[in-house]
Amino acid sequence: MNGGPSQSALYIDGHFYRKLLADFADWQSDEREAAGSGLREGCRMLLEKEARLLEQRRYQDWLKLYAQECLYWVPATPESGDPRRQVTIAFDDRRRLEDRVFRLQSDYAWSQRPASRTARLISNVAVFSTAEEGVLMVASTFLTSEFQAGSLRTYAGRYTHRLRRRGDGWEILVKQVSLIDCDQNLRNPSIIL
Amino acid sequence: MTKTEELDFGSAHGYGAFDFDYLVQEDRVHRRLYTDPTIFRDEMKSIFGGVWVYLAHESQIPNKDDFVASRLGLRPIIVVRDSGGRIRALYNRCTHRGATVCRETQGSAKGFQCPYHGWNFLNSGKLSGVPWPDGYADDFADSKFNLAQVPRVESYRGFIFGTLNPAAPSLADYLGPATQPIDEWLDRHPGGKVVLCEANRLKYRGNWKLAYDNSADGYHVIFSHRSLLAMENRLAREGEKGMSFYKNKPDEAPMYVRYFGHGHHFKDKRPNLEARPGALWEIEAAHPGMEHYEGELRRRLGAEADRALDLAASEPVNINVFPNLLILGNHIQVLQPVSVDETNSTWYGTAIVDERNEFDGAADAINALRMRTLEAFPNFGEVDDLMNFEEIQNGLAAEEDEWIYMHRGLGIPGRLKTDNRGVVTGPATDEVFMREYMKEYKRLMQAEPKLVVARHTEG
Repeated sequence: MNGGPSQSALYIDGHFYRKLLADFADWQSDEREAAGSGLREGCRMLLEKEARLLEQRRYQDWLKLYAQECLYWVPATPESGDPRRQVTIAFDDRRRLEDRVFRLQSDYAWSQRPASRTARLISNVAVFSTAEEGVLMVASTFLTSEFQAGSLRTYAGRYTHRLRRRGDGWEILVKQVSLIDCDQNLRNPSIIL
Repeated sequence: MTKTEELDFGSAHGYGAFDFDYLVQEDRVHRRLYTDPTIFRDEMKSIFGGVWVYLAHESQIPNKDDFVASRLGLRPIIVVRDSGGRIRALYNRCTHRGATVCRETQGSAKGFQCPYHGWNFLNSGKLSGVPWPDGYADDFADSKFNLAQVPRVESYRGFIFGTLNPAAPSLADYLGPATQPIDEWLDRHPGGKVVLCEANRLKYRGNWKLAYDNSADGYHVIFSHRSLLAMENRLAREGEKGMSFYKNKPDEAPMYVRYFGHGHHFKDKRPNLEARPGALWEIEAAHPGMEHYEGELRRRLGAEADRALDLAASEPVNINVFPNLLILGNHIQVLQPVSVDETNSTWYGTAIVDERNEFDGAADAINALRMRTLEAFPNFGEVDDLMNFEEIQNGLAAEEDEWIYMHRGLGIPGRLKTDNRGVVTGPATDEVFMREYMKEYKRLMQAEPKLVVARHTEG
């Protein structure tokens, strides 16, 4: 990972979509819930760090939490749908995530002038093991308050983070953001959730 | 069969007394068009009622008994393909006490039962039964108890419109010359059709006309979308991407703006590109999966791949059907007024359906790429426009500064061309499309149409 712009992003292909849909189906079973509080604490710290970096708009540091081949996914329906045949609110690979950050850091993204102030609560963290060694699914509930253009508003929903072991910590393979009002008309959804 | 009944708003709820000759002038319009709740109330009758309003797309109700929720202005509507196969736009309003009878946004049902007192209606709108009818002296065969419905519902190539105005022209006459770019937009797809595939749903604190004013505006692009243009070109890949053709003297570029009549306008950026397969795909910026799917399509389709890739690329047109249907790129954008200063703007994505297998089984790959190109503009372009609309609405709070100017191009000899159909064409950043549609708006707001609803009758 060189931190420079991703000129190409070759990993979004048919296999990626099929694996994504499989990984995000039926992962939340009682048998797979991981017991150890230490594991949960480690995951919770990562989620809280991510929230803190986004509150501080430290986007380059935030990107470093993600695997090189990552996905930021905000479905437009409560059932998540099939992103191969339905549009989503966001389906960002590494390059598009860098595009998103580039735009937010330009001085000309009028939807973020002045930039939103956010306060992000994350709770109800639960960790689930997967069939892959060193890969976890982490469920959480979030409440993000946004102050922007004179008004205070709220995003609420659930996060699902797919994490992979990186050194003695974790990196984010996929972040799925399930807004409880994802199928409603949203006002200026220009922050990273 | 249906029969119609005239609506009597009563004097207290009739049309407001406004001098639209003053409010809409040759070069400018008054701020009250965007801020006055009484004008908004009149628009919901004179325009969202008085003209053909887009309600839904036929791909949302492909089979008998399918329905989808919509609105005609503020009226809650259920667009159904009834058990007989006929498309109707029913008022979602129980004839008993007024509750909505359908609370789902989409589905399939032979009828609707009001959750409040259990009145039952067929999906033709006919009342099929009420609980304990012997408690009523009335004859429920009277059609007045059937659901109200939009008296005129017509489709144009999958786009379903409705109007409450018996004096409105036919839908085909209403669309007029705007059918040409609609046909071209559809005919670039296999089978000449598309299906809706979910949406990017946005809203803004501003009047609905701010979006309609913007929809053929070539003047705002490099300013309002400066971050998008910079983002799309940040990687310095081959050639300039996206709407870069607006950067230098856009009025001298081959693209143009056009006014069709009946409020419809058009921005055509296609002439900026070479007329050959692949030219559209070449100006696409980066999208998730583009390398893989381009490679797959080229392997599978050979010489046909450029045409397939162009279907994943955004068609450079804005076809704006007054008052609420904006066909642009591969989107079907629908404006839904909520109040004088609140508007829903829903960007439905469209997918291709390749029933005759023109692309040898590659339609799924084309769509997988097309979904990602569809998501780019609402995420990285439209949000900035919406903020500018909101800030116009803020600016218009200044009561004493009354006028909004739309006179760019006005009075410059030889700048506009009018053909024998009355269609006006001008350079890309000209505001002629706003001036012309505002003339039509004035005419409609002065017309005070007699609106009617229909109800199902026997026979």
